[in-house]
Amino acid sequence: MEFSRSGAPHLPPENTVSKVMLQVILALIPGILAMVWFFGVGVLIQIALSILFAVLLEWAMLKLRGKPIRPFLSDYSAVVTAILFALCIPPLAPWWISLVGMIAAIVVAKHLYGGLGQNIFNPAMVAYVVVLIAFPLELTRWLAPRGLIDVELLPGLLQSLQTIISGLPANLSWDAITQATPLDLLKDGVEQNQMISEIRQAPVFGNYGGRGWEWIANFFALGGIWLIWRRVISWHIPVAIIASVIMITLPAWLYDPSSNPIPLQHIFSGALVLCAFFIATDPVTGCASRRGKIIFGLGVAILTLTIRLWGGYPDGVAFAVLLMNMFAPLIDRYTRPRAYGKPR
Amino acid sequence: MDHSSIENIGKHLHNFPGGLKLKHYKALSCSKPLPAQQLPLSQEYIIPVSQHLGRPAEIIVSPGQQVKKGQPLSVPGNASSTPGAYVHAPTSGEIVAIEQRPVPHPSGLNSTCIILRADGKDDWIELEPVTDYRQLSRQQLIQRVQMAGIVGLGGAVFPTDIKLQGGAGSIDTLILNGAECEPYISCDETLMKQDPEKIIQGALILSQVLNIKRVLVAIEDPMDACYQKLQTSIKTLGAADCIKVVRVPMLYPEGGERQLIQVLSGTEVPAGKLPVSMGILVLNVATAAAIKDAIIDGKPLIERLVTVTGAGICEPQNVVARIGTPIADLISFCGGYTPGIASLVMGGPLMGIGLQSDSLPIIKASNCILALTHADISSPQVEMPCINCGDCVGVCPAGLLPQTLQMVIRAENFEALEELNLDACIECGCCDYICPSHIPLVDYFRYGKSEQRVRTVERKQSDLAKLRFDRREKRLAKQQTERRARHLKRKQALAGSSDKKDSVAAAIARAKARKQALTTTPRDSDSNTDSGEQS
Ligand code: SF4
Ligand code: SF4
Repeated sequence: MEFSRSGAPHLPPENTVSKVMLQVILALIPGILAMVWFFGVGVLIQIALSILFAVLLEWAMLKLRGKPIRPFLSDYSAVVTAILFALCIPPLAPWWISLVGMIAAIVVAKHLYGGLGQNIFNPAMVAYVVVLIAFPLELTRWLAPRGLIDVELLPGLLQSLQTIISGLPANLSWDAITQATPLDLLKDGVEQNQMISEIRQAPVFGNYGGRGWEWIANFFALGGIWLIWRRVISWHIPVAIIASVIMITLPAWLYDPSSNPIPLQHIFSGALVLCAFFIATDPVTGCASRRGKIIFGLGVAILTLTIRLWGGYPDGVAFAVLLMNMFAPLIDRYTRPRAYGKPR
Repeated sequence: MDHSSIENIGKHLHNFPGGLKLKHYKALSCSKPLPAQQLPLSQEYIIPVSQHLGRPAEIIVSPGQQVKKGQPLSVPGNASSTPGAYVHAPTSGEIVAIEQRPVPHPSGLNSTCIILRADGKDDWIELEPVTDYRQLSRQQLIQRVQMAGIVGLGGAVFPTDIKLQGGAGSIDTLILNGAECEPYISCDETLMKQDPEKIIQGALILSQVLNIKRVLVAIEDPMDACYQKLQTSIKTLGAADCIKVVRVPMLYPEGGERQLIQVLSGTEVPAGKLPVSMGILVLNVATAAAIKDAIIDGKPLIERLVTVTGAGICEPQNVVARIGTPIADLISFCGGYTPGIASLVMGGPLMGIGLQSDSLPIIKASNCILALTHADISSPQVEMPCINCGDCVGVCPAGLLPQTLQMVIRAENFEALEELNLDACIECGCCDYICPSHIPLVDYFRYGKSEQRVRTVERKQSDLAKLRFDRREKRLAKQQTERRARHLKRKQALAGSSDKKDSVAAAIARAKARKQALTTTPRDSDSNTDSGEQS
């Protein structure tokens, strides 16, 4: 009997890129549901819009570059990028924000750098930074979380759709439904020399981080831990980021709790948890070796805190990730494991 | 190599980096005892003459000749720089042809095979058993190993006599490798269960050959039955003071020579060196058993245990098969293929070779014939770009960066491979298996290694050429100065007597002409000067 010769290994592969990406998407669901609970269906609409734009643009770019469409579209990497981006923008941001974002992510950050696996910068973060710089006003319009405004004021599906497509309906005003985020308040407060305890009087603060935000972070962490357990991501980056944030902020808080927020506050506000588990762990733009991953995480933590404390933006996660993306190849170079039998 | 870790070898176990925990599928083939009846004689045996690592053998039979079972068919050739091994007739019969046939080899190319038609009598040549091998000298023992055509049966097929010869006096530990770590393969486990005494006897012979007091038999942790059986044989043979059985945790590629040494001793074999340099020799347990057969019974290596397994086989089991048996005969002995059969592999699922046909023969390296169904191999995967996930880095037991290597090879930047230590890659396939992008990493590495070899040869050649060129330049310069000196001397001598002026002028003219010839036709001058130097 004749056979076609197959190459080793003769085992079904343990993993595929699309399996990895699908599990990442699955792991995001608890956090997404928490966001919907606190901020309304706008979150889902943003996700849907971004995915739509991302897939269309991915398709167009593959076509233009003469690449096979099916395997690359079904790797779901564009979908993950789209979701991560959508989770970073205000739930009622106008539709063209996600269009601009996805052009930046898929066309510029991904395909102009050579497509999947070749990009240097995290596409979702490139997209976020582009819209943050280009449309600062739209990007600050975060809704007040459930519990802080009257439930009737929380926009429903139709209202959300309408707002995203054609702007806020006449019977609503941005002032009534939006609120500064905890990180904004913290930054302003510290700049005005307020005590942390004073700043934390504001109703947006919860037990550790921002109200609502801390729950969302919990649910993202849950998904992230599941990913670690499934070995989709390794523990190194998330642990490095969170441990570094604690270790850096702990001494300051111990020294002077009145002007330095408790470490947990840093972790549970903004996009830090989302970043630690889902954004900084993007393999393409991160480090490959274990030691490299730890250094990468440490770098993200330091840069995030630096930007939060002294930079012009309340949350530095996106900038921190992009900066570390630049260093990733260098870190990988200097954290090369020692090959078997070679001198130590 | 510091001596203390060798002293403590096997006492504590150590870890090696990376590795894979794989589903092992061993029960499939080794839950049953060996079949009671022998594999029936095949009609025709296909015996490749180079089944070992090294130079091809010299064929000493010709078509039409009758041979007996165990008669040598080919002997190692004369070039003493490369190893070679004897090949013997697996049964009695007639040599019908010597021709090129496809053989199990990664290249898929043909190779010279001796075709033997069995006469059904299965007549042995006269064997020369020895009653007390202890009377034999070291050289005699090694010679018997060589004449029996014994090669490493773990799959590396390096001629064993050369390993033993090379280890003369410098070895102090022998490791018998029974840690069969690749999924599906269970022939060593079966051997240890069925014939533990053979292995221990082989070990005792080897300890005499090597003049050592320490033999470790490494088996995998879950092999309880083997452990008991080996221990019992060690006791009955009174070898407890020099042979120890060590259980190592089950982790692929634990059974790799270098990984096993690392696990047992905590030290690595230095790059570019062999385990012998640390005083360690590693042989497969099946090789030890074959050595017992060769020394005590005088039987050459003409059969081996083969695991026939996989979901594509009706009755998976371990079978004693003669070298040269067409694989198809083995398959039908095991009940034939199941309907889903999709591919045939020699060896395990991680390092095995895909076979193009079951008409290929069993060779000395065939530890396993693996028949896989469509479900086992799944549809051919599209190769995606590397996403730098680092999974391959995490599983590599050699501490390499497969993703970087892959990139460098793709870019044909072969110079960078040395710095990235491609030579340390043992082609275990861990990275390849784990890669979510299904990049055929090991294929890239084999290609990279062969390119590296080509480059080394080229570099050597160009270095040699440069050396020759430099030497010749020097020689020419030296000659010129000598000639000038001679010339000067003669001129001074002649300065007194002017009557010989004519002949001097003629001589000068001759010398000038020669000098011209030297500079214009360097090739000729090269040979001239060579002879000139000698005179
Ligand atoms: S095949 Fe080579 S590079 Fe890949 S895991 Fe094995 S030793 Fe490492
Ligand atoms: S496992 Fe594959 S995709 Fe991941 S880094 Fe290695 S080569 Fe790249």
